[in-house]
Amino acid sequence: MASHYEAPIRKPLVTGNKSYHDVSVDISNAVEGKANKQWWIVFSISMTLFLWGVGCIIYTISTGIGVWGLNKTVGWAWDITNFVWWIGIGHAGTLISAVLLLFRQKWRFAINRSAEAMTIFSVIQAGLFPIIHMGRPWLGFYMLPIPNVYGNLWVNFNSPLLWDVFAISTYLSVSLVFWWTGLLPDFAMIRDRAVKPFQKKIYSLVSFGWSGRAKDWQRFEEVSLVLAGLATPLVLSVHTIVSFDFATSVVPGWHTTIFPPYFVAGAIFSGFAMVNTLLIVMRKVSNLENYITIQHIELMNIVIMITGSIVGTAYITELFMAWYSGVEYEQYAFLNRATGPYWWAYWSMMTCNVFSPQLMWFKKLRTSIVFSFIISIVVNIGMWFERFVIIVTSLHRDYLPSSWTMFTPTFVDIGIFLGTIGFFFALFLLYSRTFPVISQAEVKTILKTSGDNYKKLRDKNG
Amino acid sequence: MGNHKKYWKSEIELSSDNGMIDDIKNREFVDKLPSELFLSDEKNLKNTNTNRRDFLKYLGFSTAAATLASCEGPVNRSIPYVVQPERIVPGIANYYATSIADGFDFANVLVKTREGRPIKIENNTKAKVKSSSNARVQASVLSMYDSLRLKGPMREGKEISWEELNKNIIEELESMKANNSPVALLTQTFASPSTSKIIKDFKRKYPNVKHIVYDAISESTALDAFEIAYGQRALPSYDFSYADVIVSVGADFLGDWQGGGHDLGYVKGRVPVRDKNNKAKMSKHFQLESNMSISGANADKRIMLTPTQQKIALAKIFGYISGINIGGELPEKIDLSIKQVAESLINAGKKGIIITGIDDVNAHLLTYAINDLLRSLSYKKNELSLIRNGNDKEVLKLIKDLNNQEVKGIIMCGVNPAYTLANSDDFISGIKKANFSVCFSMKNDETALESKWVGAVPHYFESWGDNEMISGNFSLTQPTIRPLFDTMQFQDCLLKWMSSESSFYDIIKDNWENNILNNTSWNQALHDGFFKSKEKKYENIYNYLDLSDYNIVANKLPSSKSLGLELVLYSKTGLGDGQQANNPWLQEFPDPITRVSWDNYLTVSKADAKELGLKNYNVSNGALDSNYANIKANGINLKVPVIIQPGQAKGSVGLAFGYGKTNGMKKEMQVGVNAYKLYHNFNSFQNVEIEPVDDNHEFACVQLHNTLMGRGDIIKETNLEIFNTKDIEEWNSVTKVSLNHIETPVNSPDVDIWDEFDSSIGHHFNLSIDLNACTGCGACVIACHAENNVPVVGKSEVRRSRDMHWLRIDRYYSSEETFNKDNNRKDGISGLSDSLSVFGQMEEPSNNPQVVFQPVMCQHCNHAPCETVCPVAATSHGRQGQNHMAYNRCVGTRYCANNCPYKVRRFNWFLYNNNDEFDFNMNDDLGKMVLNPDVVVRSRGVMEKCSFCIQSTQAVILKAKREGRTVKKGEFNDTCACSAACSTGAMKFGDINDKESQVSVLKESDRVYHLLESVGTKPNVFYHVKVRNTDET
Repeated sequence: MASHYEAPIRKPLVTGNKSYHDVSVDISNAVEGKANKQWWIVFSISMTLFLWGVGCIIYTISTGIGVWGLNKTVGWAWDITNFVWWIGIGHAGTLISAVLLLFRQKWRFAINRSAEAMTIFSVIQAGLFPIIHMGRPWLGFYMLPIPNVYGNLWVNFNSPLLWDVFAISTYLSVSLVFWWTGLLPDFAMIRDRAVKPFQKKIYSLVSFGWSGRAKDWQRFEEVSLVLAGLATPLVLSVHTIVSFDFATSVVPGWHTTIFPPYFVAGAIFSGFAMVNTLLIVMRKVSNLENYITIQHIELMNIVIMITGSIVGTAYITELFMAWYSGVEYEQYAFLNRATGPYWWAYWSMMTCNVFSPQLMWFKKLRTSIVFSFIISIVVNIGMWFERFVIIVTSLHRDYLPSSWTMFTPTFVDIGIFLGTIGFFFALFLLYSRTFPVISQAEVKTILKTSGDNYKKLRDKNG
Repeated sequence: MGNHKKYWKSEIELSSDNGMIDDIKNREFVDKLPSELFLSDEKNLKNTNTNRRDFLKYLGFSTAAATLASCEGPVNRSIPYVVQPERIVPGIANYYATSIADGFDFANVLVKTREGRPIKIENNTKAKVKSSSNARVQASVLSMYDSLRLKGPMREGKEISWEELNKNIIEELESMKANNSPVALLTQTFASPSTSKIIKDFKRKYPNVKHIVYDAISESTALDAFEIAYGQRALPSYDFSYADVIVSVGADFLGDWQGGGHDLGYVKGRVPVRDKNNKAKMSKHFQLESNMSISGANADKRIMLTPTQQKIALAKIFGYISGINIGGELPEKIDLSIKQVAESLINAGKKGIIITGIDDVNAHLLTYAINDLLRSLSYKKNELSLIRNGNDKEVLKLIKDLNNQEVKGIIMCGVNPAYTLANSDDFISGIKKANFSVCFSMKNDETALESKWVGAVPHYFESWGDNEMISGNFSLTQPTIRPLFDTMQFQDCLLKWMSSESSFYDIIKDNWENNILNNTSWNQALHDGFFKSKEKKYENIYNYLDLSDYNIVANKLPSSKSLGLELVLYSKTGLGDGQQANNPWLQEFPDPITRVSWDNYLTVSKADAKELGLKNYNVSNGALDSNYANIKANGINLKVPVIIQPGQAKGSVGLAFGYGKTNGMKKEMQVGVNAYKLYHNFNSFQNVEIEPVDDNHEFACVQLHNTLMGRGDIIKETNLEIFNTKDIEEWNSVTKVSLNHIETPVNSPDVDIWDEFDSSIGHHFNLSIDLNACTGCGACVIACHAENNVPVVGKSEVRRSRDMHWLRIDRYYSSEETFNKDNNRKDGISGLSDSLSVFGQMEEPSNNPQVVFQPVMCQHCNHAPCETVCPVAATSHGRQGQNHMAYNRCVGTRYCANNCPYKVRRFNWFLYNNNDEFDFNMNDDLGKMVLNPDVVVRSRGVMEKCSFCIQSTQAVILKAKREGRTVKKGEFNDTCACSAACSTGAMKFGDINDKESQVSVLKESDRVYHLLESVGTKPNVFYHVKVRNTDET
């Protein structure tokens, strides 16, 4: 994938007259330099939230799930909402690294590292919830098909929750391997630049002895391609399987065949929004505006707009199907979503997910940094509400009106959610100080085709 | 033979040429070990040595062995029987027939004991009368293990011995006798022939003693009226099974009216069974009332009347029947309905019955007269009900006498007047003035606190006793466990005070053998717990009242004028008169009508609530709140929370007795307000003034949505005419789905995506629930609670919708006048805007709604949605149709509960046992004695639900196996706690592979339907379409 011809009308992906050395310096800057005050402030806030969340988790596990707001009718609420939300956010990483790699989208080089990091960190958050939402998490290993002395006591392969276990663990491991593989040449670069022995030791450990030989590069390319091939189905499978938790049930509002594509689109939607949130800040803080350009943000905004439209279509299709099915429980479930006691959640979701991304049709808006940042936050709020709406408003009024009730979160529900946000940002902040946040090796491969100085040269000299 | 027997000694024998064999054979005794030789060889001995490694090995081994030997397992202190009782076999339950007679509840019951511990109450179906136990009787087993019971006799709050108490009381009694100063004996209604005998003897010994009977919730007016009419102070009994038309004016006869227990006969006439011509019959029930009662909820036609209107209506019914004109104004529409009621009664003739709950002698006289005119078969005036015998006038006089010091001593038993009297302050000041006061009580209650002497009485499980609940029907009370505490029965004390040598048991046995048993076996009577005498004692009550004598009475009745709001005091199914207020099962029991637990409240009609500014509202987690009403009556102010009650007559409000107790109660149980404070002159109708109080009250209501939303397939119902004349498709149709464009019923195997389980082999359990027979009484709820160790979670958790009941009775109100109209309204919705407004309106119940009760427990689906989603297979399908729950395997994902369309799964949100946060019976050693050893107590974090009482069905199977036989026909009948407790037969459990079992027969009925059939779960619980005897077609 070395240099190839790029049409002159394409905008440069690397700006600021960068040379190969500039790239190395710019990217290792954050790792080699000292953290500034803002970093410490944000990191302290994140750690505080994280510790608060840890406290809430300890309280839950030692006292009982009763400290949450759940009840006999609503057996899942914030726990699974958060789970699906984090899993969804994790989607963008794989999509950017794997699918865009297969489609040879060069713009991914600037963002794939951070997107994958985000994936891994958010899958960690997501993975927390299926464990702590259990009444007896210390018996969580019952979910694994471990041979045992109880004869044919085995897991239930019919259960979508079990599929989740496999889907998520596979996703996490493949993402991790993919991410680390990409990191090897970059770690090696930092290792080679490191002057302090401790850093040198660590980076040589994590770079797995990368030598930069041609053979290394060849294997690197091959592994990347193979992993991309493996990871691509996962982009579709993970959220499809998560959607099966709902789609295979009998609860009106959950029992829907549209869920797999709808969930995948929603996941990419929220994932790209989160990438935008993170990178808009990071490019500023780490002085990477020349690598993560307005064009990158615009492209991501376009993806957000498209997936947002898919999600919107899915919402409307759901309503249509409820009406068309003629099933009274189904009809009521959707009527209740939009007009029942949780109407505000539904309309928050609609506003954030369906209406707000449509603004991206305007070029001025989608190339505005501030606007993109706001929309990226709004979209993730909307996607959180989507999961809340699906889970809680379907459960709280299902078949027998005698069991209808409402759900309200307790401080523990809120605390755990905030804790995962804190944990996520703490991890990301640590990452941004210790990892090469841009895949510099790959950026260097396109420098001569997409770097603005080279483009200008080519324009001038033909 | 012996010669050829060869014994092997060693493997050396295999080699025949070894001389050693022969050598050994020839020597009879073995050589001595050459130890001396070895020890004497000193030189060699010095050279041999045990090396260090060997030494350490020996040392290690011997240390380890010594340590192990000195270890002991944890010591569980269990005390073995010195002499093993004959019938107590660990693991096998014993049943004893006994009877409860606490002054409010009277029933013949069986007590199940395990290893000597009474753990459950069942109906004594052998008894001919009062064989049904209500929720309170079912729960009374837990009251035995109440940690706040009195542990021994007391004097002014200090523990003393019985000898001291008896000695002192005898001295007091003797001195009073010498002075001839009157002593009052204030007791509950005993209905006990032997107790009556003892009291008679006691009065003979102490002629200064006067016996006064006091019922907390009085039936005095009915008793007085009966005495006026027939010369006998008693109550008639009623058998509603003979009735075609039942008219009740303010009598909650399916509840606690005149001691309850009328539901058996009633239900017999309410289940439509087809005859040869395919026609079914059922009685028609008119209920004229103010509060929404269980009886009103079951009525075919319910007419809302204020108390004053009730009186007018009753008089008018009398007037229409006797042809005289009665004054009093009623709205025209109501008057028309009342005329219709009167006509129905006349047409029914002897198959009609009218009863009333109005606390007015005249009202009762009128019903007696009408019933006599009709020659009503249901009106059993020569089978007297003896379970209410209180005399209000005497009680009121006693209070006066105590205060005037005309009565100087008082002995009380089974009563708590300091709590239950409206003028309890007068009573308290009265007994303070008395020379001595003795209170026999199980608890240190309000009266015990004020009494000088307190005698701790045993629970009825620890007591002897006898009862004549309905004349000629005798029952025995026998102890099922040794008294847990230093208690003594009241009757035994009386005997001691009379210096009698005999015990109460001797008196009972003597009395029965001489006067009751008529030479039949005492042992048999004790075994049965019940004896029906052939002797007819009250045959002389044959005279029929003449209507014309009662014209004056009829004109007198409606004379009272209503002044503003009228309060109707009533007793709730859960707490009744409040004796068992410290029983957490009963506190957590949701009221059948309002479904509120842990509270009493003022029931108000919607219109009045709006006028008065009383409000109900739901907070963000759905829980129900209200503001307060301040009730003013007779100089008393009472701040009461409010429930807006559909079906409450405008102009009337309701409030339940039994709450607001504070003494002898755990803190959690001190809920509600004391309505007895308003029970002025023992009249349940009171004029009150009400104003709102701006303060928030939090309710624990288990059902937050009251209407059925037009979902007619949840509760299928029709009326008798359609049931008799129309095709089944009209009233019990199965939902159809399209299979290759052909309409196919959803229960057809062709549209089933799952393979059927093979249920042809072995047993397959089904539960039948007849919505016509279910009155909503809730006995099953408590029975299930007791049988399955269901935890009590307390008010705040119930409020969070986390009640743990495995079996609940859903109650729905119609939003239109009838459920049928609800369904039509929903089906008639057209367009989006219409559906938005209509569904919103359907959430509101009608002002006088139809009501339906539906017991719901785990439906044990053959294709259970919960089973497929459990990741660890903790819930799976059993070979006998049950949906199993393996608590040990459960990790608590709650996915099963989410996917359960019936929402019957209950999650252990916290640890509910041995947890001070949940200080109920599972938190103390005494309360834990009630636990059923066959059912595990669930830990935190696991899901639980109805198991079809698998411990009981397995017990049947194991018993058959042990006896080496197959299970007998019908042996599984009613093994489930709920169906065993259901005296009306609404729930029937059994094996459908036994084609003759009751449940197999019931399954063939055309009324059968499954709950949410269209979901395809194929439940093993089935319901019977509710048929109402309404005019609507």
